[in-house]
Amino acid sequence: MRLTLEIWRQKDASDPGRFVRYELPDVNHHMSFLEMLDVLNQQLVMKGEEPVAFDSDCREGICGMCGFVIDGVPHGPQRNTTVCQLHMRYFKEGQVLRLEPWRAKAFPVLRDLVVNRSAFDRIIAAGGFISVNTGSPPDANAILVPKQASDRAMDAAACIGCGACVAACPNASASLFMAAKIAHLGLLPQGQPERAGRAISMTEQALKEGFGGCTVIGECEAACPKGIKLENIARMNRDFLKASLRYREAAAAGGG
Amino acid sequence: MANLDARVPAGPIEKRWQKRKDEMKLVNPANKRKYEIIVVGTGLAGASAAASFGEMGYNCKVFCFQDSPRRAHSIAAQGGINAAKNYQNDGDSIWRLFYDTIKGGDFRARESNVYRLAEVSVNIIDQCAAQGVPFGREYGGTLANRSFGGALVSRTFYARGQTGQQLLLGAYQALMRQEAAGKCRLYPRTEMLELVVIDGRARGIVTRDLVSGKVESHLGDAVVLATGGYGNAYYLSTNAKGSNATAIWRAYRKGACFANPCYTQIHPTCIPRSGDYQSKLTLMSESLRNDGRIWVPKKKDDKRPPDQIPEDERDYYLERKYPTYGNLAPRDISSRAAKQVCDAGLGVGPGGFGVYLDFSGAIKRVGKNVIAERYGNLFEMYERITGEDPYSVPMRIYPAVHYVMGGLWVDYDLMSNLPGLFVLGEANFSDHGANRLGASALMQGLADGYFVIPYTIGDYLARGIPKADVSHAAFKDAERDVAERTKKFLSINGKRSVDDFHKELGVVMWEDVGMARSKESLERALKKIPEIRERFWKDVRVLGSGESLNQDLEKAGRVADFLELTELLTLDALHRNESCGGHFRVEYQTEDGEAKRNDAEYAYAAAWEWKGENQKPVLNKEPLVFETIQLATRSYK
Repeated sequence: MRLTLEIWRQKDASDPGRFVRYELPDVNHHMSFLEMLDVLNQQLVMKGEEPVAFDSDCREGICGMCGFVIDGVPHGPQRNTTVCQLHMRYFKEGQVLRLEPWRAKAFPVLRDLVVNRSAFDRIIAAGGFISVNTGSPPDANAILVPKQASDRAMDAAACIGCGACVAACPNASASLFMAAKIAHLGLLPQGQPERAGRAISMTEQALKEGFGGCTVIGECEAACPKGIKLENIARMNRDFLKASLRYREAAAAGGG
Repeated sequence: MANLDARVPAGPIEKRWQKRKDEMKLVNPANKRKYEIIVVGTGLAGASAAASFGEMGYNCKVFCFQDSPRRAHSIAAQGGINAAKNYQNDGDSIWRLFYDTIKGGDFRARESNVYRLAEVSVNIIDQCAAQGVPFGREYGGTLANRSFGGALVSRTFYARGQTGQQLLLGAYQALMRQEAAGKCRLYPRTEMLELVVIDGRARGIVTRDLVSGKVESHLGDAVVLATGGYGNAYYLSTNAKGSNATAIWRAYRKGACFANPCYTQIHPTCIPRSGDYQSKLTLMSESLRNDGRIWVPKKKDDKRPPDQIPEDERDYYLERKYPTYGNLAPRDISSRAAKQVCDAGLGVGPGGFGVYLDFSGAIKRVGKNVIAERYGNLFEMYERITGEDPYSVPMRIYPAVHYVMGGLWVDYDLMSNLPGLFVLGEANFSDHGANRLGASALMQGLADGYFVIPYTIGDYLARGIPKADVSHAAFKDAERDVAERTKKFLSINGKRSVDDFHKELGVVMWEDVGMARSKESLERALKKIPEIRERFWKDVRVLGSGESLNQDLEKAGRVADFLELTELLTLDALHRNESCGGHFRVEYQTEDGEAKRNDAEYAYAAAWEWKGENQKPVLNKEPLVFETIQLATRSYK
């Protein structure tokens, strides 16, 4: 299969960047998308050109390290699939594909298709946890969790923190990412004591990082490789509103 | 000779850990903030250790080469985590988990460490549940369990097929909480390239910032390596692309002994490779063997589609050979059995490198919905990669390199023979002997990080750490070595890419040092590896600069270290004239093809010591004493 790639090349944060065209005359259908880029990179090195930088690690769709935009769609056209799990059998002879990094103020480009997503780590640090020191918990079966709550928490906890939701959103909002964590912890009995404070502090951190607000467009849900549902955002908004009305001062002081 | 005193407390095995804890020196809570601990790696072991240190009041510097600590490869573990809770009332106990792990490891692990692992396993589940890990539950709200290979009880806790992800996110969130509290400082996209030893103690590391290329020294009162395994030495493995041995290999070159490097685990259920471009192999969780049945056609070259091969023309070879454990036979045994049937020409799929893992019986028995609930995400992953629907066609699977039991030698306190250097998780050699059981890697990583190192590091620190700083010549030398190595890679400008050399090495390792090793194949590998290494240093091409994000440069350093480590691995495999667990020497097998141990001569951990460039490493032996468990032939029949 013959393909043409237009790939965003940018040396570093100070370089304005540009698209560069590459012809791939012989792409195997069974390859993954990243393996196709591996092959391209081998050819570039042999020609004396620097390879295209892109992030990936597990290549099993779980670590969340990979991700770029293919023809305007984060992780490409296959639903519920990270780009490392996207296979070339879903593309057609002669296609021209445009590859670019996540575009968001809070995710500055480091090089080519690689961006800095540390803002996500700082949002988790602001409250995306349950405060329990090692050694202090009760027996695991002393905390009963209804199966339904546990299943729904797991649905939300499946988020891999790849940033596709931000890249898909016209406002570059991190709402789906935050909402997934807030729902995961808020659905469990263990997450109740800090529930109000969590909604406020994570939201405040997202604003500081330069992520936009949510206007419920739903692009994030469509782009999410893990099928995280938009309803999590409604849940987060409820938690945030309740906390703002009733617990704001306490939350600001670090309590629940 | 290196000092290999394991410092195991005396007395009955079930009292040893308590005894050790009672004897430890403690650090005054007010003094803990005066210590700085360096933690390299943020998988289950590293993240849980760093979070616990922070909670206790120590200061930590935490390093990972990925863009976030949450990416570490523990995240990809699917099936579950073992713990001796006996919630199922099926006869489990700490003793039984201890026994299964020793036996699963083919009697090549240190008894005391394994007992402690089983002992603290129960605390891990409590800790993780309290953190909000969404474990599978029964309708009454209690925790659910599943079975795993090598055990006849249900002791595996799970969060769908994403147990590693959820446990790691729990540890990561605990770590981020300490980051926010100012106790842990994170250094993402930063790679450790040297260990610094001053007056015989590990005192710090030299790192390269992978974005700016800046080389920097970091001083610590202790250094904790939790950097995972070296399965990528085989190029194709189930490890993440970035997983590497550089941290432990650099430590080895600074005097830390490397134990049992030849113990590698080949996992039986992976998706077969599809072509030369293949960049990694994907695991299908062992938990699938609870409901899937493994078979091959009885006739050679049977080209019929699987559903047209009648029952009596199929060979369910695991059920036939191991009636008690059947499809849940341990990994090493299942992998070898798959290789045997494929070598006999009975394999299925392209090239005959595959066996069926069939769910049609289970789907008939419990329905598609139940199977989808248990393994839905794995079935989807399989379909995405292969384009085949495992609900209607059996999966095709083949063994692949998955885990290494070998690693840096550590004593009972998880400290290497270099004082101040602690090694956790897959990076050490301690708990799995010659073969690891399923769902035990997560258990070990978290046991080491949450419940062992927080105690043992205090004892080390409380005994006094001399003053030092980064202006010491040892730091300057290490910085210079790192800078020179980078310069060297960039100046060779040869004709072959880093990946090209890595693939060449991988083929040698898989063919000659893989599932079936012989004196002849190992000697052949010992000739080829130095040749590849020599050509690598003459002919590798790394473009770009050292002062920017340069992924080929990162890979070059890792592959250069694999080119040294594989030689030691092969040497270890050649010296061990027996078969045990994941180390199978064709010369040493029973009549029916099972591994044949030689307890009289090889019941020891082989701890290799670096003696310098082009020098033969020295073999140190830690005898393995079995006081509690009788050495026996491992049988799963």
